[in-house]
Amino acid sequence: MMTQPVLDISNLSVDYQTPRGTVQALRHIHLQVPPAKVVGLVGESGCGKSTLISAVIRLMAENAHVAEGEIRFMGLDLQAMSAAELRGIRGRDISMVFQDPMTALNPVLTIGRQMKDIQYRDPLSGKKKRERAARMLERVGISDGLSRLDNYPHQFSGGMRQRITIAMALLVKPKLLIADEPTTALDATLEVQIIRLLKDLQTDFQCAILFISHHLNVIAELCDYVGVMYAGELVEKGTVRDIFHRPGHPYTRSLLECDPSVIEEPTRFLPTIPGDIPSLIDLPEGCIFQDRCEKVMSVCRKTQPPAVHLAEHHTAACHFLEE
Amino acid sequence: MNWIKEIFFRLRNEPMGIFGLVLVLLVVLCAVFAPFLVTHDPNALDIVNRLAGPSADHWMGTDQLGRDVFSRVVMGSRIAVWVALVTVSLSLGIGLVLGMMAGYGPKWMDSGLLLLFDTLRSFPTIMFALALVTVFGPSLQTVIIVIVATTFPVYGRMVRTQTQALAGNEFIVAEEAMGAGMMRVLGVHILPNIVGPLFIVASMDIPVVITIEAGLSFLGVGVRPPTPSWGAILNDGYAYIRNTPWIIIFGGIPLIVTTLGFTFLGESMRDMFDPKLRKDL
Amino acid sequence: MLFYLLKRVGLAVVIVVVAVVLLYSMIHVVPGDPASVILGPRATPEMKQELHKLMGLDRPFVVQVVSFLGKVARGNLGMDFFSQRPVAEIVFKQLDETLVLVLASITWAMLLGIPLGCYSAVFRNTFSDKLVGVFSIGVIAVPSFVVALYSLLFFAVTLKWLPAIGAGESGQFLDQARHLILPAFAIGLGWVGYIARLVRASMLEVLNENHIRRARAFGLPETTIVFHYALKLAILPTVTLLGTGIGRLISSAVFAEIVFARPGIGKLIFDSVVSRNYPLVMGAVVVSTVLFVLSTTISDSINAMLDPRVRERL
Repeated sequence: MMTQPVLDISNLSVDYQTPRGTVQALRHIHLQVPPAKVVGLVGESGCGKSTLISAVIRLMAENAHVAEGEIRFMGLDLQAMSAAELRGIRGRDISMVFQDPMTALNPVLTIGRQMKDIQYRDPLSGKKKRERAARMLERVGISDGLSRLDNYPHQFSGGMRQRITIAMALLVKPKLLIADEPTTALDATLEVQIIRLLKDLQTDFQCAILFISHHLNVIAELCDYVGVMYAGELVEKGTVRDIFHRPGHPYTRSLLECDPSVIEEPTRFLPTIPGDIPSLIDLPEGCIFQDRCEKVMSVCRKTQPPAVHLAEHHTAACHFLEE
Repeated sequence: MNWIKEIFFRLRNEPMGIFGLVLVLLVVLCAVFAPFLVTHDPNALDIVNRLAGPSADHWMGTDQLGRDVFSRVVMGSRIAVWVALVTVSLSLGIGLVLGMMAGYGPKWMDSGLLLLFDTLRSFPTIMFALALVTVFGPSLQTVIIVIVATTFPVYGRMVRTQTQALAGNEFIVAEEAMGAGMMRVLGVHILPNIVGPLFIVASMDIPVVITIEAGLSFLGVGVRPPTPSWGAILNDGYAYIRNTPWIIIFGGIPLIVTTLGFTFLGESMRDMFDPKLRKDL
Repeated sequence: MLFYLLKRVGLAVVIVVVAVVLLYSMIHVVPGDPASVILGPRATPEMKQELHKLMGLDRPFVVQVVSFLGKVARGNLGMDFFSQRPVAEIVFKQLDETLVLVLASITWAMLLGIPLGCYSAVFRNTFSDKLVGVFSIGVIAVPSFVVALYSLLFFAVTLKWLPAIGAGESGQFLDQARHLILPAFAIGLGWVGYIARLVRASMLEVLNENHIRRARAFGLPETTIVFHYALKLAILPTVTLLGTGIGRLISSAVFAEIVFARPGIGKLIFDSVVSRNYPLVMGAVVVSTVLFVLSTTISDSINAMLDPRVRERL
């Protein structure tokens, strides 16, 4: 990638301090988001996706801290910024869409008020801000935007609320939009609509998107690049074709096999990956996936696998691929 | 008895709790050893020296009849502790019995007892006390009756809820199937589970109860003179407030110490046992 | 929901009825004859009988109770024998005075308590938070009449900054306000702690919610978040929980009125008790019980509207 990435995460490790010990939630994450491209992050619950986002926008839990690594946004070191500078970036250059539309909006304030508040940095008049908000609402498919600004969140359905949060996220014209499982709480038909909406908007607004989900079909439809996370590590990353057509890492392959949407014949048994995520406090030596991998070898139990280059943008961390 | 050891162990981390415990011990010890701590006979009159300020002979001064305030305050601790013990025990006892009956017994008993609980709880205590005093005249017994009557419903409700929750449990049903009588079920199974929370609520009640007695005695509708309840001392002090400030000053201090002590201790204990706050989970 | 409300109001009515019956029984089924007390030791048997008839004491007990309940329902609380005025009139006039005092106390308690609670929640677990916590518990623990006595002693008698007695000249607002300061302070102090704790707990819950996180993710200034996004939500449950403290409020008011010799329902009851004025005591206690039941019913109902789990507990 020749141009400077919008988001450049290098060697990021994040720990949580708990009474039971230090949880190494993220380990040596290298990830980049190119300008105006969509990067997807896929993985099971608990793999560290949310921790990663929290680290980027620096709204982490009190007991979390960055053990090592850098997060650069447009070349700026996010870790080195003061709280005030960071607040300046949030909601202007980086914006977010959260998972649960039912709780993402303040129930006692009107949509209009909330959409006006996020424009607090703009010198426009209140009226102009409302107009912008109304237009954005209509852009995401909520008709009659101006009058609906005076409604409260509970007067909208779940799908509409998610559209509103997307409208809010794009209203500030960010360079990077981070979407944390935005369709997980919606049913399948709504999911399709929202993803189509995001695609359209991304083309229009030309913003980069970091899209987290564990729904593989959505990732496949929306993303340009994909990263696969497992238990705090980025085990594979590449273009969306690389990942879905030529998956390298055994975990990625299992994920694709087990995805219910690829099952073609009726069956009573949904394939699963046997075993559990290892403890993040007492990490095993060697590869993190060793206990659940069908291709496990003795070297896997002793040394961490290196990132093996499989194609121009495609790498996977696996000993088996070294041959 | 393990939980007593656990309390002391955890208390080490709570400065507020330790402070509370120290104050409580101070008051309790004072009450227990009161006859040995007094410097004068609390009822001895010395009209010549009335309304005097603190001095070497009278550490807290004298009241309007020349009685030594310090000795009266010390004896007052006995009354406070005595009232607390009696009322809380009676309330707990009645609440326990009635609560278990309500939770375990037939529906009509439950409804009737619930009504009793809610009615008694709806009287503002002071009003109720004043009404009773109009009828029966002021005395310590009346005060105790009032306090017990307005506090046992709280325990009754707690016990009832717990009993109902536990009564549906499988192991109780199993025991019943094997022929265990109501008394056994209540005593062996239900009781140990309720003791903990009840203990904490009761300990938070103690300062409230002491305050009520003091308040009623202050109004003159509690203990009869010359009993040196702290409230009565404050009553004397109030009547002579323009002559000397010391009676009120020294009469109020033991109340403040006692209520602060028990409340800090109780809050600490409650924090310790609140599962949401346990840091080792 | 409606069902719960009906049940709750029904329960409230039943409670009031039972309470009134209880009170009536206590006062009239007691050895010792109200008539003798009222008429004094030199009353002749004929006079007593006459008074009995007048007071309706010669009828069977159940009839007495029912008739009394009926009168109460119609707002008739009987006649005060000493002044020959309707009890209801006397009681409600004094109730006004008490309400002013109670309002002033709660107002100042909120003015200090709410900011303290917010501050504690925002600066959770810092030294200041813990300090405010200890202070809150402390003021709740100390009896309000002791606070009243100390303030009286200190500010009124010793320093003479504020008046010690009464409610001030009627019609003179500033004077009445001056007289309100110390009693309202004494009653309100405990409430500052109570409110601060409630607000803190409520704010902590709200500040943890998703929409607050989202607002922060948009870089909104912290003051906007705390005061406009969080506090608005946190206040409502706090207000409803205040209803459960009403009983204490009534008691505190009684003491404050007596200590500062202010007119009000507390002083009224106290004086009537001392003079064994049964009808007045009955009337005042009935009114305060009804008020108490009313406020707890209202706050329980609002609570139930906000929290569906509460409805199961009835």
